[in-house]
Amino acid sequence: MTTQFKKPSPGITPETKPFWDAAKRNEFMLVKCVGCGFYRNPVSITANICPECGSRKPGEWVKASGKGRVHTYTAVHRTFDPSFEKELPYIIVIVELEEGPRFLSNMRDAKPEDMKLDMPLEVVFEKVSDEVTVPYFKPAK
Amino acid sequence: MSQKECAIVGLGYTPQGKCPDWSVRELFLEASVNAIKDAGMKPHDIDGILVELCWTDPTTQNWSLQMDLGIPELSLSAVYDSMGASPGCQMQVAQWAIQNGICKNVLCAFVEKSATAPAVPYRMSAGPGLAYGLHGAMHGIALAAMRHKMLYGTTSEQLGEVAVTFRKHAQLNPKAQMYGKPMTLADHQNSRIIAEPLHLFDCCLVSDGGRAAVITSGDRAKDCPQPPVYIMGYGQGHVKMDLIERNTLVDTGAGVSGAHAFRTAGIQHKDIDVLGLYDATTHNIITQLEELGFCERGEGGPFVENGRLSIDGEFPTNLSGGMLSETYLQGWTGIPEIVSQLRGHCGDRQVKDAKIGLVTNQGGYIAFHSTLILRR
Repeated sequence: MTTQFKKPSPGITPETKPFWDAAKRNEFMLVKCVGCGFYRNPVSITANICPECGSRKPGEWVKASGKGRVHTYTAVHRTFDPSFEKELPYIIVIVELEEGPRFLSNMRDAKPEDMKLDMPLEVVFEKVSDEVTVPYFKPAK
Repeated sequence: MSQKECAIVGLGYTPQGKCPDWSVRELFLEASVNAIKDAGMKPHDIDGILVELCWTDPTTQNWSLQMDLGIPELSLSAVYDSMGASPGCQMQVAQWAIQNGICKNVLCAFVEKSATAPAVPYRMSAGPGLAYGLHGAMHGIALAAMRHKMLYGTTSEQLGEVAVTFRKHAQLNPKAQMYGKPMTLADHQNSRIIAEPLHLFDCCLVSDGGRAAVITSGDRAKDCPQPPVYIMGYGQGHVKMDLIERNTLVDTGAGVSGAHAFRTAGIQHKDIDVLGLYDATTHNIITQLEELGFCERGEGGPFVENGRLSIDGEFPTNLSGGMLSETYLQGWTGIPEIVSQLRGHCGDRQVKDAKIGLVTNQGGYIAFHSTLILRR
């Protein structure tokens, strides 16, 4: 059973739709520059340009490992968004993905005191509505 | 120095703290009228206006301030939007316009209204931050502070020392929002956690208020009623707005900005008598001290211990109380305080015989940075 996603929308745009479509299939995709092979963050793309080499050719969507390490995190104890209140303290994590780019997410299956620099992580998908499946991260097995 | 120094000759203030009865436009006008008066000028002497946008009312801009002041014609007129880093940037642009003979006297102004009116989030960083509960600057800075803690072992007590020091300074400033409310390190440690590692007392205040300044040439400054404060050195450094797209989360633009400022001023760190560092949180202070070269990378925590930033310490910092304990007027909290210190007008909180001051501004999840080195 799925209910309507109560949290703010991840802001799906035409540029980032392939990422969110893949997430519905439980696949974690990145954009790879066809010019230089640079991997881009898949959810902050606002234009077809490679920030590394300047190529204007649309990037290629490729399946990524979904693995990475803790670059940093914070455990949030106060929020003004009621949709997060039940989860306090929740963990915002910046994951350094194996392929290079960083990805902002939340932790699953971890307490604040478990968090360590460079701790290995892996993606986990949660279907939050018929339209949206959100990738989160958990400690790698 | 190839070009003649410019000087800050006018400062304008308004009531600060909570100003529910003031519109953004009225606060802009009040600060500007007071700055022009402080400079010994009339509105018609102003031929440049640079406004830092107020997110509560982005419709109050350079053009509306020009109309309210009744200035028929300007040679420079623009909105500046490097968020908290704007005033240092505005004053640099003002300086360049004056040095190149485009303007004689430039008015820079800003209003903050976040205590009693919500900001209009007209520009957000890309990406799904809200879906992951990333809400505003404190969460973003907490991510940077946590990486600093994990890399270098920076402690909450070291962050607390910054907060306690600035609160102590605020007890010497009757205009500070935290005047009459002293704080101990135990108070800091016992304050609720906002986002680890930041406690409530690591985070700046929320405030209303307006401030403005008048910049003119060094020659004209000599005829102004207030002691001139000259712009010796200046710099800017801007990294990517989006946290995840930056090279590192600990480096802000302060390194580049500070290097430009020290180079243009031609002075050393030991020459600085008084500092005004942008204190959105206590972490900002520690990382800026490192990036500006007052200590090595990672040593900011130990550096602030033992009262080094205190009024009687080696590097007196944020004597007004800063944004942590005076008022949150972004970059406009620090610059007027350093100007006042160099004028020698700070009463109980005056740093004795202050000749040279360094002041920084930051904005946009600490993406934008500006530095000014000022002298009397």
